[in-house]
Amino acid sequence: MIRHNLPGLLAVVIGLICFQAAPARSLEIQRVISPGGIEAWLIEDHKIPVIAVQFSFEGGSGVESADKQGLACMTASLLDEGAGELDSQAFARRLQDEAISVDFNTNSDSFKGSLKTLSWNQDSAFELMALALTRPRFDAEAVERIRDAIISAIRQEQGDPNKVAQHAFYAALLPDHPYGRNELGTVESVAALSEADLRSFVNRQFARDRLLVAVTGDIRPDQLGPALDRLFGGLPATAGAVDIPEIAQHRTGETITVTMPIGQTVFMLGQQGIKRNDPDWFPAYIMNYVLGAGGFSSRLTEEVREKRGLTYGVYSHLVTYDHAALIMVGGSTVNAKAGETLALIKQEWTRMAEGGVTEKELANAKTYLTGSFPLQFTSARAIADIVLQVRRDRLGQDYFKRRDGLIEAVTSDDVKRVAKRLLNAATLTTVMVGQPNFADNSPTRPVSNTP
Amino acid sequence: MPISLDSRRIILALALVIAAVAGEAVVNEAVAGEATTSKPASSTSPVTHGVYFPETFTIANGLQVVVVTNRRVPVVSHMLWYKVGGADARPGKSGIAHFLEHLMFKGTPSVSSGEFSKIVARNGGRDNAFTSDDFTVYFQNVALSRLKLVMGMEADRMVNLTLSDANVYPERDVVLEERRQNVGNHPSARLYEQVDAALYINHPYGIPVLGWEHEIRSLTREDAESFYRSWYAPNNAILVVTGDIDASELRPLVDQTYGLIPARPVPAHALTEIPQQDAEIRVVLRDAQVREPQVFREVIAPSFRHGEVKHAYPLVVLAEIMSGGPTSRLNKALVVDQRLATSAWLSYSPLKNGPTTLTIGATPVPGGDIARSEASLDAEIHKLLKDGVSDEEVATARKRLLASAAYARDSLQGPAYAIGMELVTGHSLDEVESWPERIGEVTATQVNEAARAILGRNGGVVSLLLPKDDKTKDDKKADENPMIKNQGRNE
Repeated sequence: MIRHNLPGLLAVVIGLICFQAAPARSLEIQRVISPGGIEAWLIEDHKIPVIAVQFSFEGGSGVESADKQGLACMTASLLDEGAGELDSQAFARRLQDEAISVDFNTNSDSFKGSLKTLSWNQDSAFELMALALTRPRFDAEAVERIRDAIISAIRQEQGDPNKVAQHAFYAALLPDHPYGRNELGTVESVAALSEADLRSFVNRQFARDRLLVAVTGDIRPDQLGPALDRLFGGLPATAGAVDIPEIAQHRTGETITVTMPIGQTVFMLGQQGIKRNDPDWFPAYIMNYVLGAGGFSSRLTEEVREKRGLTYGVYSHLVTYDHAALIMVGGSTVNAKAGETLALIKQEWTRMAEGGVTEKELANAKTYLTGSFPLQFTSARAIADIVLQVRRDRLGQDYFKRRDGLIEAVTSDDVKRVAKRLLNAATLTTVMVGQPNFADNSPTRPVSNTP
Repeated sequence: MPISLDSRRIILALALVIAAVAGEAVVNEAVAGEATTSKPASSTSPVTHGVYFPETFTIANGLQVVVVTNRRVPVVSHMLWYKVGGADARPGKSGIAHFLEHLMFKGTPSVSSGEFSKIVARNGGRDNAFTSDDFTVYFQNVALSRLKLVMGMEADRMVNLTLSDANVYPERDVVLEERRQNVGNHPSARLYEQVDAALYINHPYGIPVLGWEHEIRSLTREDAESFYRSWYAPNNAILVVTGDIDASELRPLVDQTYGLIPARPVPAHALTEIPQQDAEIRVVLRDAQVREPQVFREVIAPSFRHGEVKHAYPLVVLAEIMSGGPTSRLNKALVVDQRLATSAWLSYSPLKNGPTTLTIGATPVPGGDIARSEASLDAEIHKLLKDGVSDEEVATARKRLLASAAYARDSLQGPAYAIGMELVTGHSLDEVESWPERIGEVTATQVNEAARAILGRNGGVVSLLLPKDDKTKDDKKADENPMIKNQGRNE
């Protein structure tokens, strides 16, 4: 065995445990209101000549009717495929030549746009983004090409055990609701979407009363104001509120098995979770960190991976929507060990539900969750994205300053209360994909995978 | 960023996601004991010289240190690159470099088994590690005030790793699960392994970094200890630190941690060469999980360090012309004009110690004919070799590559990743710093010479990923040549 003494090292390792959160310098959020009345939150940073704009419209895949499944996603894929006088190739050429990035994506509750540009190309960048939002072309060539690409992606997912598990899981826990559907759509629904559907989505969903904007980088407030009007001034003023039904009760206790010819069982288990605006959010966040979100500091990784070598990865996650919430755990293990692994997970679920976290676990979670926050501020786009999320979640302009205090205030009793409220191993819905050797008393439903 | 990483050959230690970062880098001449730097010009135009503007110094035990200052938030990325990887495994011991990477978290006399990541976490940091053919990397992202802590722990495990059977063998099971999860569950990953094995004849790059399953099963604690003793030394490593620090601030911390470790002899990498390849190999995988087929053609190509290195920068420009975004040649031809494929691409990364690969591929439209996609790819290659690329195409590609390089510093970990990868695969800091000039001077003549040299010769692998019941012939030439009708069947 190699031994090499490093004087002083021991003291370093043992000495520093209590973490003092680093000041988030240069992360001051400014509110900017354009001459036309459009609001953006700005973090100025002139050290690197990059500007990132992240914005969202309330309303994403969740507003689709069942027969238009995939419409939001297809719209997102087509907005940068030609606008105004520029066809798809001409639009792409402008973006590529000027190193401008224009992206759109959608989730269940919002439709998101991203713009990234070097500061000397900002005028061109704002012009192209505004064109994409207000004058998308939806040329037949582009529509058919993107339709093919989405159908190909849907079909490829049907062979990916992680995706199969994911779709079966959300369909089981969020039944008869847009949140439970695949955002890409189905092969059939995407095949039936028309240019009129795309135009109707743009006209109904994009408006200034649904818009939130966050900006980071090499731009001053006096420059941003007029830019906001150029970007978003051409949109209708109002589209009205988004109407999505609330899901209060989730189907519980079921075991769903999808057989796939692979060596592992990919599993996802879940039940009712907690919404972001719940007063017990931070106790739940800390509980989840200790249970399974904290990587090698989590109980699930310790028990399932470190002690027994049963998996490469097991994790838990709080899933939040505007009108639903889940807590879930996922991972994979060799088929022969599926029963043992799931039993261990349920055992940890129950241990947390009954006992909460120890004072030491609570303290460690707090130092991680406060100390690691600045690590997310890695790029102009990453920072703008965090600011946008703060706006969506209505956390307030001073949230970065308040966040550490909110976490520090959580007590072990708070965690115990929320663990007892959320976690119940007996009512977990279980999805397994693979060839698990598994038998328990739960009602079991085999589901066949689309060929 | 212009240089794509060969991500399928990089194996992560933990099941966490690392930001996909590609890039080129920048550097200055390494002068032992003396920091050098060049400050970024306050530019208002695309990059003409330099990308990351790092400082560098080398300490007495041979450890090279590179610093890229980024004062956006008071955090740093601390990344230690060892110049040893999957390619250094002895025959029969495939996967040992990656297995050792996992075991590096199993403790020293100062830090008990499994505690490393927990200490980083309760100090507000994140850590991980990854292994490729040529390198093994450990990193922590932490607040500046925690940098000395992680440097101390990383230096500690460079020399004091203490393994026991009780923590080694459960971890071997974890690696087997990793292989099942990331290779076994995915037909495309299984196919890539077979393609590498066929293409890299007589060369360790043909062996998976993760290891063959039967060889992983036979790896022992003693194998890992022996590999560790052979390769882990300060003179076989490069430290890259990015974030809220400069070289003068970092130097004392390096002296107090890594500086205490003496240099020691490290073996030379075993060098084998790929023989001349005349036969075209077809590698076909049919699997019930495959819903949409794929085809790609892969050939051996020079890297920055190995083979006809003069072609490397021209091939970077060629990749941009063929595959850089929606207006690229392959996308325009196969996806837009012919409507044969949903994607078509050429990938090339020159960042390897040894030979690298150039790959051209396509995914047909749903229900599309894989043979037509293959024929169309071949037609594009034929057109490229016959007519070449134009001066205008080269000028546009150069301009786009240089413009995108201006984003390179808008990242915490990206610069550490890019610079580490360049240096560990044999580029000098000067070479990296000069990337904009090297790209800026590439001519159409050079691109055409490179294309003909790499794509105009025999050999290489054509790879097909097919649904189990697909009626596609494994060999498109089977009808033409009855002699080879029975080859390549895989049913």
